[in-house]
Amino acid sequence: MITEDWILVAALAPFLAAVAAPFLAAAAGRAAAFLLAAVPAAVFVAFAGLVPGVAAGERYAAGVDWLPAWGVRLSFMVDGLSLMFALLITGIGAFIIVYAGGYMKGHPHAGRFLTFMFLFMGAMLGLVLADDLITLFVFWEGTSITSFLLIGFDHARRASRRAALQALVITGAGGLSLLAAVLLAGQITGAGSLSELLATGDALRSSDLYVAVFLLVLGAAFTKSAQVPLHVWLPNAMEAPTPVSAYLHSATMVKAGVYLLMRMNPVLGDTDWWTTILPVFGAATLIVGALLAMRQTDLKLMLAYTTVASLGLLVMLTGVGTEAAIVGAVSYLFAHSLFKGALFMVAGAIDHESGTRDVTRLGGLRRAMPVTFAAALVAAISMAGLPVMFGFVAKEALYLGLDDSGRTALLAAAVLGNALMFAVGFQVALKPFLGPEVKTPKHAHEGPFELWAGPVVLGLVGLGAALLTYQTAEYLIAPTAGAVLGRPAIPELHLIPTYISTPLILSVVTVVIGLLLYLGARQIRAGVAGTLAAIGWGPDRGFDQAVAGLVAFSSAVTGLTQTGRMNRYITVTILAAAVALLVPMAVYDEFPGRPPFPPLTIYEWAILLLTAVGLVAVLIARTRLTAIVSLGIQGFGVAVLFMLFGAPDLSFTQFMVETLSVVILALVMTRLALGERDHRPTGEMAWHGALALATGGGLAMVLLAAVEVPFDRRLTDFFEAWSRVIAHGRNVVNVIIVDFRGVDTLGEIAVVMIAGLCILALVRIKAGRRIPSLREETRS
Amino acid sequence: MSTLIFRTLSPLVTGLILVFSVFITLRGHNEPGGGFIGGLIAAAGFAIFGLSHGVARARQALVFHPLVFAGAGLFIAVAAGLASALFGRNFMTGLWAYPQVLGVELAISSPLFFDLGVFLVVTGTMSSIVLALEEREGGF
Repeated sequence: MITEDWILVAALAPFLAAVAAPFLAAAAGRAAAFLLAAVPAAVFVAFAGLVPGVAAGERYAAGVDWLPAWGVRLSFMVDGLSLMFALLITGIGAFIIVYAGGYMKGHPHAGRFLTFMFLFMGAMLGLVLADDLITLFVFWEGTSITSFLLIGFDHARRASRRAALQALVITGAGGLSLLAAVLLAGQITGAGSLSELLATGDALRSSDLYVAVFLLVLGAAFTKSAQVPLHVWLPNAMEAPTPVSAYLHSATMVKAGVYLLMRMNPVLGDTDWWTTILPVFGAATLIVGALLAMRQTDLKLMLAYTTVASLGLLVMLTGVGTEAAIVGAVSYLFAHSLFKGALFMVAGAIDHESGTRDVTRLGGLRRAMPVTFAAALVAAISMAGLPVMFGFVAKEALYLGLDDSGRTALLAAAVLGNALMFAVGFQVALKPFLGPEVKTPKHAHEGPFELWAGPVVLGLVGLGAALLTYQTAEYLIAPTAGAVLGRPAIPELHLIPTYISTPLILSVVTVVIGLLLYLGARQIRAGVAGTLAAIGWGPDRGFDQAVAGLVAFSSAVTGLTQTGRMNRYITVTILAAAVALLVPMAVYDEFPGRPPFPPLTIYEWAILLLTAVGLVAVLIARTRLTAIVSLGIQGFGVAVLFMLFGAPDLSFTQFMVETLSVVILALVMTRLALGERDHRPTGEMAWHGALALATGGGLAMVLLAAVEVPFDRRLTDFFEAWSRVIAHGRNVVNVIIVDFRGVDTLGEIAVVMIAGLCILALVRIKAGRRIPSLREETRS
Repeated sequence: MSTLIFRTLSPLVTGLILVFSVFITLRGHNEPGGGFIGGLIAAAGFAIFGLSHGVARARQALVFHPLVFAGAGLFIAVAAGLASALFGRNFMTGLWAYPQVLGVELAISSPLFFDLGVFLVVTGTMSSIVLALEEREGGF
C-alpha cells in the first residue's frame, strides 16, 4: 500500500464545505452553489488521478491514530471498490450541489440545506473510504443521521417528520447491527481494519460464529439498501427535497448496503448462506419494487420504487458471486447511479417548473422543456438497457453473469424486473413530455442552467462510458470487480454484441415485455393497487403499529410507576435507600461495633448540643417554616463541627448549602398550595418516622463501619506529596477538584447546569399560562 | 421582608458578598475556598438582592439571564481544558505562567480559568433557580 496523506484531507474536505455553506449562501447568493460545488469537483479530480494506479493493482492508504489505546485509527483506503464509489459520490455530488443551488433558490434555509448535503457527502465519502472498522461504523452512522436531517428538512410537515424518523429507526438499527458485526469479526480474526480483515482469507468462513457475523452484516446491508421488507423507508423518504432523492436515493446512501456486501464478499461470500439468502431477498426485492413502481403515479415515487428494485438486483448479483455476476453487478451499479441520479433531477425539474409531479397530470412538456426532455430520454434509454447507453452494456453483463451461473429462476426474475423498469423508466421520461399539453399548476418553461446541467452531464457520461466500453472496463469495472472478488477480474463488456448470445436474446425479450407493460401501464397500475388494497396491510402500516405499540407500552409503564404524587416518590426513594443501606449489612452481619466515645472539649459539646436542639426543633415545630429554619440550625451545627475537625473547605460549602437550601425550601413552600402546618394522620406519621429512622440510622452505621477499617492513606499521601509539586496548589481539596480530577468536575458542572435548566423549566410551568422565553424573562 | 433597613443595607451587603465570593474563588488553590463555594456565595448575594428589591431589579442588574453566565462558565471550563491541546498535551493538562505585573509575580494557569468556569456555572445556575422561585405575584 502506498501512503498518501492528502487522501485524509480530501476525505474530510466536504465537512469544511459544510461549515462554509451557510456563510457563502448568505454572502454569495446564486454563485454560492457553484463555489461550493468546486469542493466535490476538486476531490473528484484528485481521486480520478488515482485511477491508473488502482487499475494497475495499487492500493492507497492514509490515516491518523484516533484512540491509540484501543487501536482505533481514523484511516482510509483506496482500492477499486472504494475508488468507484468515491468518484460517484464526488462526481455526482458536484452536480447535485449545483442543482440544489437552483432548486432551493430563495429558500430561507438554503444555506442550512447545503450544510446538511455536505455533511452527508462527507459521511458517505468516509464510509466508502474507511479502512479502520470503527471508522467505517462511525461514518455509516453519520450517513444515517445526516439523511435523517435531510429527509426531515421540511420539518413543519408531519409526513416529513414521520419519514425521517422511519428512516432513522430502520437504518439506525442497521448501524447497530454493523457495529456488532465489525466487533465480532474483529474478535474472530484479530483484524482492526478492512484491509487486515480482507487479508485473513477463510478465517471468518471457517469460524463457528460465521452465521452470526453474516446475519449481522445482512442486518446492516438490508436496512441501508432497502431490501424487502425493510424497503419502506426509501419511498417514504421522497418527502425530502428532490436534490436529496437525486443524491441519497440513487447513487449514494442506499448503495451503502450494497457496498458493504461487496466489501465483505471476499471474506464472507461463497458459502451456502451467502449464495442462498442474498439472491432470494434480492430477487424478491427486485420484483416487489418494480411492481410497486408500476402502481405509482408520482414521478419521484416511481423512481424510488425502481431504486428499490435495482438494489434488489445488485444484492442478487452480489449473492451469486461468480466473476461474471460481479462484473455485471459493478457495471449495473455504475450505470444505475448515472441514470437514476439524472432521472431524479429531471423529476425535480419538472416538479419545480410545472408545479406537479403526478404523471397523470402532466403532458406535452417537450416544447416547454426541450433540454430536460432530452436529458430524461437519454437517462431512460440507459435505464431501459437499450443501446447505445452504458445501461445496455451493464444489462448484457448481468444477464451473462446470471446465465453463466446456471440459476434460471434468478435469470427470469432479472428479465421480468428489467422489463418492469423499462416500462417505468419510459413512463417517467416520456409521459410528461409527449402527448397534448396538459394545464399544470404553474406555467411550465425550461428551468435554469442549474436544473438541467446535472442530468445532461450524467447522460453524456453514460453515453461516453458506453462508447469507450473498453476503457471503462479496464479502468473502472475491472479494478472494482477485482476488489469485490478478492482476485483480479477480466470483465467482458461489449457495446456491440459479437454474436447472437443468450444475453442478447434476453435483451430482446426484455424490450418486448417492457413495451407491452408500458402500453398496459394503466391496467397494471389498477391491478397492483387492487391487490394491495385486498392485502390491506404492509410493512409501512406495520411500522406505524410497532411505533404506536411502543408508545402505548411506555405510557402504560409510566402510568404504573409515575403516579404524579410527590409523597409516593419520596417514600419510594427513601425506602430504597434504607433497604440498600441496611439489607447488605444484615445479610453479611457487618453491623459496626459501638465506637469509643471521643473526649470532647466544652465548646465541642456545645456545638453538638446545638445540633441536637435543631433536630428536636424540626420534630416539634408547629409550622413548616419553623421546621425548615430549624433544619438549617442543625446543618450549621454540622458545618461548625467540620470546621473544628479540620475540614474548612467542606465546612464552607456546608454553610452555603445550608443557607441556600433554607432559602430555596422556604421559597418552594410559599409556591406550593400547602397549609402552614403539617397535618398527617398518626399512622402515616409513624410510618414516615420509621422510614426516616431506618435511613438515617442505616447511613450512620455504614459510616461507622467504614471508619472501623484502618484508613488507607495511599491517596492522601499521594495528594499531599504531589499537589504542591506538580499542581502548584497548597489546598489539596481544590487541587483535586480543578486539576487531578478536573474531568470529573467538568462532568459535574455540566450536570449542575442541566439540573438548573430542568428546575427552571419546572418552576415556570404553571397551568394554563404561557411560559415566557428566556429573553422575555431577562427583559422583565 | 422588604423592611427599610433590609432595603437600605442589601445593596451594600450584596456588593460585599460578591467581592468576597471572587476573593474566595481566587484564593482557593492555596487556602480554603474555590469556584464551587465562591459560586454559592455569589448566588446567596443575588438571592438577597432579589428579596429586598424584587426580582425584576435583580435581573436588570445582572443584564443577562443567569443561565447565560452558567453557559459561559461551562464554555470557559471546557476551553481551559482544551487549551493544553494547543501545546500538544493531553486534555486538561495544567498550564502555568508566572508573568510579573507591577512588580508582583502572578500565577496564571489553566486550572485558574477552569475554577472561574466552575464559579460561573454554580453562580448562574443557583441564582437562576433562586430568582425564578422568588418571582411571584405579591412578593415574599
